[in-house]
Amino acid sequence: MDSVIVDIKNLKREFKIGEETVKALNDVSFTIKTGEFITIMGSSGSGKTTLLNILGCLEKPTQGQYLLDGTDVSKLSKNELARLRNKKLGFVFQSYNLLARTSAIENVELPLLYNNEFSASERKEKAIKALEAVKLKDRMYHLPSQLSGGQQQRVAIARALINDPVMILADEATGNLDSRTSYEIMELIQELNDVHGKTIVFVTHEPDIALFSKRTITLKDGKILKDAINTNIGNAKAVLEKLPAPEEFSTTTA
Amino acid sequence: MRLSNLLRIAWRAIIRNKMRTLLTMLGIIIGVAAVIAMTAIGQGSKQSIEGQIKTMGSNMIMIVPLSNVQGGVRLDNSSVQSLDENDITALQKQPVYINAVSPVVSVKGQVINGANNWSTTIQGVYPDFLFIRSWPLKDGVAFTNRDVKSAAKVCLVGLTVIANLFPDGEDVIGKSIRFKNIPFKIIGVLSKKGDNSFGQDQDDMILTPVTTVQKRILATTYYQYIYASAIDEKSTDSASAEVEQVLRKSHRLTASNENDFTVRTQAQLVSMLTSTSSILTILLTVIAGISLVVGGIGIMNIMYVSVTERTKEIGLRMSLGARGRDILMQFLIEAILISITGGLIGIIIGITSTKAVTLFLHWPTAVSESSVLLSFLVCFITGVFFGYYPALKASKLDPIEALRYE
Repeated sequence: MDSVIVDIKNLKREFKIGEETVKALNDVSFTIKTGEFITIMGSSGSGKTTLLNILGCLEKPTQGQYLLDGTDVSKLSKNELARLRNKKLGFVFQSYNLLARTSAIENVELPLLYNNEFSASERKEKAIKALEAVKLKDRMYHLPSQLSGGQQQRVAIARALINDPVMILADEATGNLDSRTSYEIMELIQELNDVHGKTIVFVTHEPDIALFSKRTITLKDGKILKDAINTNIGNAKAVLEKLPAPEEFSTTTA
Repeated sequence: MRLSNLLRIAWRAIIRNKMRTLLTMLGIIIGVAAVIAMTAIGQGSKQSIEGQIKTMGSNMIMIVPLSNVQGGVRLDNSSVQSLDENDITALQKQPVYINAVSPVVSVKGQVINGANNWSTTIQGVYPDFLFIRSWPLKDGVAFTNRDVKSAAKVCLVGLTVIANLFPDGEDVIGKSIRFKNIPFKIIGVLSKKGDNSFGQDQDDMILTPVTTVQKRILATTYYQYIYASAIDEKSTDSASAEVEQVLRKSHRLTASNENDFTVRTQAQLVSMLTSTSSILTILLTVIAGISLVVGGIGIMNIMYVSVTERTKEIGLRMSLGARGRDILMQFLIEAILISITGGLIGIIIGITSTKAVTLFLHWPTAVSESSVLLSFLVCFITGVFFGYYPALKASKLDPIEALRYE
């Protein structure tokens, strides 16, 4: 369980805006092991989005090394990057990014459509399993517009799970949700990490969300300010139970 | 990515915007329907002309005297006296590609049976005329070469003439009718032939031995036409060349003389009569084809809109592992699907409206398989051609920027 899946050394990423060169990431090094739950914190402009894009193989570093599950990402072509994302990564976005007017199960199946190894029946089977893991099996034929924000985000998490990724990348995944729903999502993510052993990298700027992770990397001006193991991990489930019960409706559908 | 998946994705995208897709298809639908209807109507009129010319006979060759100059005066066709018995003899001497020859001399006039009279044409011919024009008798017997030799006063009568002279529908064989005070004995009745391609009633006619007309009515030795027939369809051109050669010789024309006659085969007649309708068909089809191109531009336009609209979706698909190629194929197949679906609807509408034209306007039509196949192919190509650039644009998007697009 202790194998290194992300190995980043002296990573640099520079953008040219006009004549100025902006150093979004300046000499960043760290490793991620299987089963970790890391939050990446930082104010806007600290380089956390760039780091996530690089971790997610959406862009390549200007300099430095990035090994993802043993593959040197900087040497891959665009198509190979796409393949890597398809097989090894799961994405959860702030705005869910579900396809409108498309049922939950079809949204979840989406990554496997780009993988020829799966037949239609296998795809469906895996999608049902993934929806089960996020406790939305009974809503699989609902359209995104028929689901609450929390439920939509859980569909998105199921979509990130379907290809059994080595790492799930979440970009402000609770940013669009109220605090109660946020805790529900964090509860789910903690469960995926603890029970299913999923490696999770969670970008956020909310310190109380970071409390639920096992390790926090804080960025500032493109450099790592702090990389600390969280000794006092919060339990989202416990926090949720302490909240006053919702008055109007419950979004939990266990 | 599997084709079935691509088709599914494309189909869903189309279904999601039913109205817009339908409007986009409209150009293609109208274009294809128009192409099919135009070619069907053109083809139909061509076939009907061909059919009418076929009723004239089988592998028929017509020899018409040509106006030539006599003493500086150009004479018109009917008064030209260049075809006579010598030509017939020459043609019958050693035929290679010709198997029958008959002269035609015709005269118009009133034919009388008791109290009934009727204005018609009496044509003097050889017995072979019936063979050349593939015109069997309905009743009775044909006259023979002996009747020709003796200028016998016998005749074969067309159905229109009988209907007017014998309104009571009695048996006409053996009865006598009078033409220019000459009594003709009816020995046969011609079967129904219908209108020819010029709209003349071919059944309004009486046939007699050519000599009877020449000697007893007109007192002439010339022929107005000579009809011949080739041994088979393939030989009509050779036969027409043979006729020309023989007649030039019999008319003693030297190399510097022009022909004083014209030889026309049925095939030439067909192409002559169908050329106008062919040109019209081509013109109309080109116009219909232009609307197909306009329809294609409509598809291109909508595909650009669609790509812009779905930038975020493209970014998402790319982040989930879609390659540029997958996105390209997705949008390309969507465009092709739109154009092909439009094409299919157009084909159905085209065929239906063609049938409606036949049903209500009684125009002859013929939907050709090639026009259906061609318009389907053109639709496919339109889809590929006009869908390619929008699809390429989609495939070149950067996933990060596309995801951030609002």
